[in-house]
Amino acid sequence: MAQHQVNYASAAGLPIALTTVDHLVNWGRSNSLWPLTYGLACCAIEMMASGASRYDFDRLGTIFRASPRQADVMVLAGTLSKKHAEFARRLYDQMAEPKWVISMGSCANTGGMFNTYATVQGVDRIIPVDIYLPGCAPRPETLQYAMMMLQKKIRRESADMKKNTKQRIV
Amino acid sequence: MRKYTPKDNVQKKAYYTDRFWVAPRVPTSDVEAGSHYAKVVETVSKYTTVTNSRIEIGQLVVQIEAKDNFTVIKALRDECGYAMCSEISAVDYLAQDGEFEVFYQLLNLNEAKRMRVVCRIGENEAVESIVPLFKSANFAEREMFDMFGIKANNHPFLKRILMPDDWVGHPLRKTYPLHGDEAAAWYEVDKIFGKEYRDIVGPENRDQSRVDRYDSQRFARVGYEVPFGAEIDPENEQKTPIEYSTTFMTDYNAGSTQLKKRK
Amino acid sequence: MQVTNKLTPFFENLNFERDDNTMVINFGPQHPSAHGQLRLVLELDGELVVKAYPDIGYLHRGIEKMGENMTYNEFLPTTDRLDYIASTANNYAYALAVEKLLDIQAPRRAQVIRTMLLELNRIISHLFFLATHALDVGAMSVFLYAFREREFAMDLMEDYCGARLTHSAVRIGGVPLDLPAGWLENLSKFLAKLPEEIQTYEDLLTENRIWKMRLEDVGVLAPEEALSWGCTGPMLRGSGIKYDIRKEEPYELYGELDFDIPVADTNDSYGRYRLYMEEMKQSARIIKQLIPMYAKTEPQLMAHAPKYISAPKEEIMTQNYALMQHFVLVTQGMRPPKGEVYAPTESPKGELGFYIKSEGEPYAYRLKCRAPSFFHTGLLQELLVGTYLADVVTIIGSTNIVFGEVDR
Repeated sequence: MAQHQVNYASAAGLPIALTTVDHLVNWGRSNSLWPLTYGLACCAIEMMASGASRYDFDRLGTIFRASPRQADVMVLAGTLSKKHAEFARRLYDQMAEPKWVISMGSCANTGGMFNTYATVQGVDRIIPVDIYLPGCAPRPETLQYAMMMLQKKIRRESADMKKNTKQRIV
Repeated sequence: MRKYTPKDNVQKKAYYTDRFWVAPRVPTSDVEAGSHYAKVVETVSKYTTVTNSRIEIGQLVVQIEAKDNFTVIKALRDECGYAMCSEISAVDYLAQDGEFEVFYQLLNLNEAKRMRVVCRIGENEAVESIVPLFKSANFAEREMFDMFGIKANNHPFLKRILMPDDWVGHPLRKTYPLHGDEAAAWYEVDKIFGKEYRDIVGPENRDQSRVDRYDSQRFARVGYEVPFGAEIDPENEQKTPIEYSTTFMTDYNAGSTQLKKRK
Repeated sequence: MQVTNKLTPFFENLNFERDDNTMVINFGPQHPSAHGQLRLVLELDGELVVKAYPDIGYLHRGIEKMGENMTYNEFLPTTDRLDYIASTANNYAYALAVEKLLDIQAPRRAQVIRTMLLELNRIISHLFFLATHALDVGAMSVFLYAFREREFAMDLMEDYCGARLTHSAVRIGGVPLDLPAGWLENLSKFLAKLPEEIQTYEDLLTENRIWKMRLEDVGVLAPEEALSWGCTGPMLRGSGIKYDIRKEEPYELYGELDFDIPVADTNDSYGRYRLYMEEMKQSARIIKQLIPMYAKTEPQLMAHAPKYISAPKEEIMTQNYALMQHFVLVTQGMRPPKGEVYAPTESPKGELGFYIKSEGEPYAYRLKCRAPSFFHTGLLQELLVGTYLADVVTIIGSTNIVFGEVDR
């Protein structure tokens, strides 16, 4: 039998990593964030651009899913109108826990320039938002940065979602 | 006494207008005899009384009786070659005249000429639908109904198009405010959570420059920093002066140290 | 009827199955290939669509109402958000309508820059059409290739105006900025590469068996139907009617330029696809003609109309009267004469026109945007009937609708 030169007992030699459950679970969660393709308006084009050739979102383990049942993150890209609001809430409810929301663009954050009768003045009236991403429209790099910020946030959280304090509506 | 603000036109108005200001008028010209437009006006006047016809910025505008709109547009399509109806909409003159101005924008592709058929109707009157002539009127008239509440007789499916079915009011009327009325303000909350959640969600923030100094979650407090989410007592606020790094600060008054060394 | 309680909530889809073997399915408003927030209620007999009902308004933002509550210059950036794939086309259509109302004309250099930007935007928009249309039909690699080229075109837009998507690069009375140094060389480089890239897409798609099977004889639109439904742009030309506003009612510099209007006579989605490819080549041809024209122009960028348009910045900073006039125009807004105007332009989607009714106030009395996609969406209720469910996506893709301007 061959003599292994590796001394398993010395530092970092053992094929064992010690970690906490929180850390392990969050490592998995944060590195495979699958967003829902929820393009609403102009920001959706930038969201597509960040998924396409030059910006290549797949590098971050981010693969766009068309169904809310398969998605972890809802990227609300664009203006949410009052007619659409109930569908946004329904899609959010359909997503499986754990779930996060990125509100992309000024319109989704606060209503932005559309301070009118037909626009929801901030999606946080409807669903709890984790990351607010300013800009009109935010560049693809900004969306990637927001996704990295979300990863950071997830890594800080407890793996037990019940323990996480979140601004929750309902 | 409070100042009375008229409610029949709640759109934004110029905050200052010179006392002697008289708005000029876009130059209009009469229809030249023998031109294409002269033939059009002649055709139209066969079917209705033309109250006004002029050429305004390169396009013919013909004002007709509202009851004859179908026959006139049919004649324009069949006899004058106006094969496309580009747009149908209305202008709200309820505050001034108690009337809507409905316009039909038509295009003649062979001659590359455009014209507008204009007619005026009262608030509770309806125009005849021109869907049998132009199918593009289907959506355009629905939009007109949605935005102004002008009904089109014999429309196949006259229903709200842009706003939800249970919306209150017609948004493009001059009496409808830009920020919406009471029903619009709570629409999404009522629909999703129910009326009892109005208190929990709170009213909309329509002031785009609002800053709440005591909300440490959403607003930065330069010079008065507190931890995220901390409660602030307005009585005793602690001033935390901005601290700049001394390592990277340059005192330009002290002169160059390198120069001194060389000396 | 369903009985709903807490355990079995009300599902819309449950009572969608009918006795007569038809089924109603709900397509959207969140659907990756609905090109935005289109909700289609489709009645199916097996795989065949027997009734289609497009439900729009999910992106209604009240832009027309905003136009009545904003001064003319304030409103211009809002027009970016109408057809957000080709923002400059909207800016230009609005600026043209106001310019016609004011009876002013942009200086020659501004016209050259505007026409260049309009055509560059047409290329951007057509590339986007190709990318999404191909993606919907299933050709993923074309999506990646077309987006790559589009990014280069966006870089050019960004070099000029600083924004990728929402340009506001055209102002009422001219353009705000001159071309940056080296921009024309970059543009020439882009144009030199473009035909090669278009050839790549054509190699991938035009003779592709699957592409042809999915597109040929799908979404057939007869010319008389196209006219009746108010179709414009590639939809109208795809049905064999040669009408392009750039050629028939020339605006800007299009009267002086030499270009062809491609027409497809097969009336189907495949013909429209070929048309889009051809239009991209024509746009490149137009820009190539414009590059030498730029050098021959005077450096003035904004029209000289002291009643309506602020003087150049140097004059504002140095001359008293220019400063006063600028102050009044910024605080009160310009007051166009009373009257009404409808100005049609050929946007990448079709006829984009603004109807403005002015009462001599700084705010428009009525502002109506005639959006081509609005009428193309209306057409769907007839075009989809009799097709298979799988073709619905192809047809929506080939109409190239953008919901910013459908719902406004």
